[in-house]
Amino acid sequence: MTSITVAETPLLRAVLARADDALVHAHRLSEWVGHAPMLEEDLALGNVALDLLGQARSLYTHAAAIEGLERSEDDLAYLRDAPQFRNLLLLEQPNGDFANTIVRLFLHAAFMLPWWKAAMSSTDATLAAIAAKAEKEAAYHVRHAGEWLIRLGDGTEESHRRSTEALDRLWRFTGEMFAIDAEEEPLIEAGVIPHPAIIRPAWDATVAHVLAEATLARPRDGWMQLGGRRGTHTEALGHLLAVMQHLQRAYPGASW
Amino acid sequence: MSAVVPLDAEKLRRRALDIAGEVPDPEIPVLSIADLGVLRDARVTADGAVEVDITPTYSGCPAMDMIALQVEAALAAADLPKPKVRTVLSPAWTTDWMSEAGREKLRRYGIAPPTPRAGRRALFGLDEDVPCPRCGSGETQKLSEFGSTACKALWRCTACREPFDYFKCL
Ligand SMILES: [Zn+2]
Repeated sequence: MTSITVAETPLLRAVLARADDALVHAHRLSEWVGHAPMLEEDLALGNVALDLLGQARSLYTHAAAIEGLERSEDDLAYLRDAPQFRNLLLLEQPNGDFANTIVRLFLHAAFMLPWWKAAMSSTDATLAAIAAKAEKEAAYHVRHAGEWLIRLGDGTEESHRRSTEALDRLWRFTGEMFAIDAEEEPLIEAGVIPHPAIIRPAWDATVAHVLAEATLARPRDGWMQLGGRRGTHTEALGHLLAVMQHLQRAYPGASW
Repeated sequence: MSAVVPLDAEKLRRRALDIAGEVPDPEIPVLSIADLGVLRDARVTADGAVEVDITPTYSGCPAMDMIALQVEAALAAADLPKPKVRTVLSPAWTTDWMSEAGREKLRRYGIAPPTPRAGRRALFGLDEDVPCPRCGSGETQKLSEFGSTACKALWRCTACREPFDYFKCL
């Protein structure tokens, strides 16, 4: 099946970026199903993935409506190639160990909770409606990941070491959440999406609270790796898409 | 098919709401979608079609397609003209929309109903007080914030020693 290319307007790109964030993160979390340290956690990560998948579906449907070419949410999810994906590099990073997965979820959910809260007053009515649902779900995600991180950081020597390593490994990808694409400026100006600078204080506060409880040190803000929003991805995304898109590429239109 | 009785639009709308409201939730069949607050509205469109609005509890609720299908089937079985189901996201569903009757049905089914407005609690530290749906004891503990479906958490009662589902607050 041939790939599709989306002619992106700034709005379309902004919506696709958040849809890709949710889809890629959902896929990563779903890789834990059947492998989590215990049954309750299997269900928890699966449920978080399901929330994110639901958000992705609403966002892709919105993107398809903006595009106006009668494409479906599935076309956008399954038929674009890696350079067309706009997700944050943080979210495509491999699961690694459980600490790495929890740190990734925590760092992003702590950003998305205030982001969705701000997006509830978006001048784009559909985005505002999606945000009102997603914001409540994000609160559960922050709480779940935060409580785990506290337990891991303030746990055994081994769990503390692994959490520290995960933070050090993933911190370089957090700057991308706060970076502004020049193309997004008019959208921010028009009140369609929030300015990331207004998200920063809430994110800093949540991170500070949880890391303190977890007896973990906040890594220094050094070099920040960008590129995901522009379609320049790490090798990990190609592997993820190969698995996620295989069925629809091999059997176009296949359904359950 | 019986002849369509010429009802006026408002009567038709109310009938559609009554019929759709009876459709059970596929995951918690003791609750109807009216009890749950998933059924939002109905209208008769300009071309005489009956359109019913439903809203998902969670973004990823996998029961929505099933509910839409069942509502359409129920409306069609009652000979309502050109039944159609729309999924609306706004205003966002909250557990506060669950009816009092729905809460009581849940409790009797063994699921602790959501505590009104508890979704707005602090991010960390505080847990809700959830009475055991079986024995009523307040001596309960959360086992996991995520349970058998997106809308439920897993709890246990230390008085009667039974585990139970708690319908999460949104
Ligand atoms: Zn009990």
